[in-house]
Amino acid sequence: MKFSHSPVLSQALPAWRARLLLAGLLGGFATLVGWSLYLQGFNSSFLQEKGAARYSRVIEMSATRGRILDRHGDVLAVSTPVKSIWAIPEDAKLQPAQARALAKLLEIDVRELNHKLATEREFVYLKRQIPPDVAEKVAALDLPGIHDQREYRRYYPAGDLTAHVLGFTGAEDVGQEGVELAFQHILAGKPGSRRVIKDRRGQIVEDVESIKSPQDGKDVVLALDSKIQYLAYTSLRQAITANKAKAGGIVVLDAKTGEVLALVNMPTYNPNNRVRLVGAQLRNRALTDTYEPGSTMKPFTAALALEKGKYRFDTLIQTAPGYLTIDGRTIHDAEKHGLLTVAQVIQKSSNVGAAKMALSMPREEMWSMFDSLGFGSPLKLGFPGEVGGRLRPAKSWRPIEQATMAYGHGISVTLIQLAHAYLVFARDGDLVPLSLTKMDTPPLTGKQVFSAQTAHEVRAMLELAVLPGGTAPKARVAGYRVAGKTGTAHKIEGGRYANKYVASFVGFAPASDPRLVIAVMIDEPSAGVYYGGDVAAPVFSQVMAGSLRGLGVEPDAQQQQPGAGDAEAAKESM
Amino acid sequence: MIRLNLFLVLLAVASAVGTVTSNHRARKMFAEIEHEQSRMRDLEVEWGQLQLEQSTLASHARVEKVAREKLHMKAPAAGQVMTIEIEPAQH
Repeated sequence: MKFSHSPVLSQALPAWRARLLLAGLLGGFATLVGWSLYLQGFNSSFLQEKGAARYSRVIEMSATRGRILDRHGDVLAVSTPVKSIWAIPEDAKLQPAQARALAKLLEIDVRELNHKLATEREFVYLKRQIPPDVAEKVAALDLPGIHDQREYRRYYPAGDLTAHVLGFTGAEDVGQEGVELAFQHILAGKPGSRRVIKDRRGQIVEDVESIKSPQDGKDVVLALDSKIQYLAYTSLRQAITANKAKAGGIVVLDAKTGEVLALVNMPTYNPNNRVRLVGAQLRNRALTDTYEPGSTMKPFTAALALEKGKYRFDTLIQTAPGYLTIDGRTIHDAEKHGLLTVAQVIQKSSNVGAAKMALSMPREEMWSMFDSLGFGSPLKLGFPGEVGGRLRPAKSWRPIEQATMAYGHGISVTLIQLAHAYLVFARDGDLVPLSLTKMDTPPLTGKQVFSAQTAHEVRAMLELAVLPGGTAPKARVAGYRVAGKTGTAHKIEGGRYANKYVASFVGFAPASDPRLVIAVMIDEPSAGVYYGGDVAAPVFSQVMAGSLRGLGVEPDAQQQQPGAGDAEAAKESM
Repeated sequence: MIRLNLFLVLLAVASAVGTVTSNHRARKMFAEIEHEQSRMRDLEVEWGQLQLEQSTLASHARVEKVAREKLHMKAPAAGQVMTIEIEPAQH
């Protein structure tokens, strides 16, 4: 039988079977096309994300906070990385021995550690901000569920010396006080992120894109001179201890530029260790606390009297019998003086003399002088809690109030405002704004408050105050001509003047061409003496002497002829 | 014809091998740069710590203490200070 005649072949298959198969194949093909269209077209972004999630990761890139430097580039605040140890309590099933080892490394109690791990939460900090080497030891223990995280911690090498100026940052590296808060926008870094491809072992194999590059915070260069700051700190601390005072403050300004060279408040705190901090330590008194300045205001009264032409340097004022009654209230002098010139009123600090000068002028003129000196409005240095003090509108002044304001009562100021206002005498009657940061191009002249002649005349009067016969011979500095004014003011408690005092001294040197303005305030000296000339003036003298020497300012006082012995001693020491 | 095909195949293989090698090298170099970058960060950290150490060691309080106690120095009295004038430099 021939193959072609096989009966099996001769049986034709029904045509529908072939068509069915063809239709089935076509149908399958169409489904495939449809499915792939669906995946590629409608669902692609979702699937791509899923795929990317298997290999690509977004990594946070931290940025550091800027440093704070003093005018010579010394570091006052710097951030360095530390580690924080955290745990997933559910995973952290520690053996007792492991828990003990961990607690020992973290310097916490084992019971406290176990208590923290017993929580229901998914995430718990065990200890924040520990040194990196300790964190490495913790990592070496290789405990389940215990992880670390990199953070930054702010360190202040000068400690309590610069506490009030710098302030501090919180745990999240955000400024909370002082310069840290005022310059937060400059200091803060912006963290970035980037996308990378990781391999099976978790190693980065490729950089895909930088989503946001991290920006480190910028450094802030302060006007502060850490040498003068140290001098101010030690001198003030010494005076506060010696006089058993409650608090105190000192401000050093550069008379040429208006820069703040030093600012110290007492009591202070250590910004590196802020446990057991109380409110009194935190107060940046020189900016946030007002007080009645007392006699340190008299030079302004005298300056206005000279400026308006009512008085001259040597106009005589009768201060006998040592008191003056206005509206039934009496103003007293500490001592009886009789007939005094305007210069002597300042030198001897006569309340009656100052009051008489004030009463000869319209109250609006006095108000506008105080206002243009910056009293009554905050300096706007950017510190939290800065206040402007109390300067009531001229309309509401009664004659007795105008008289007491002439010698600094019934008006309140902050220490830095007072130091700022004294710039008019240290300069040629003009007032430049204060600056916390170092200035490359300081303003040459500021707002003119008094004429240059008035400023020079008052400066001469203020020089008399520190000479023998004045109120503050203790403010003198060997080798330099000094000018300044004492203040001894009663404190108000519950609306009445109490038997507590604020002793102050504001002055500048060298008087021939003033370089520095220093204001010192000591609150409630209670070791017997309380006069500004006895309590605050020595601090002024000490800080001024050291600062002028440190700055290399040429002495302007006539050199005392050194004795033969001194000359030899000097030779030996050379 | 066969020669051309053979040549093209060889070319394709060579290019494939080249791609693999260069990819491998790129990854190696990338690992290197990562390593250097982390070293850079470590050095920055160290710099910060050294700055901190320097300013702690150079703090005025410490310098004064050392000067007074170890070196027995003291501030000069008023009579012991001499002012000398520097003549302006001649050009």
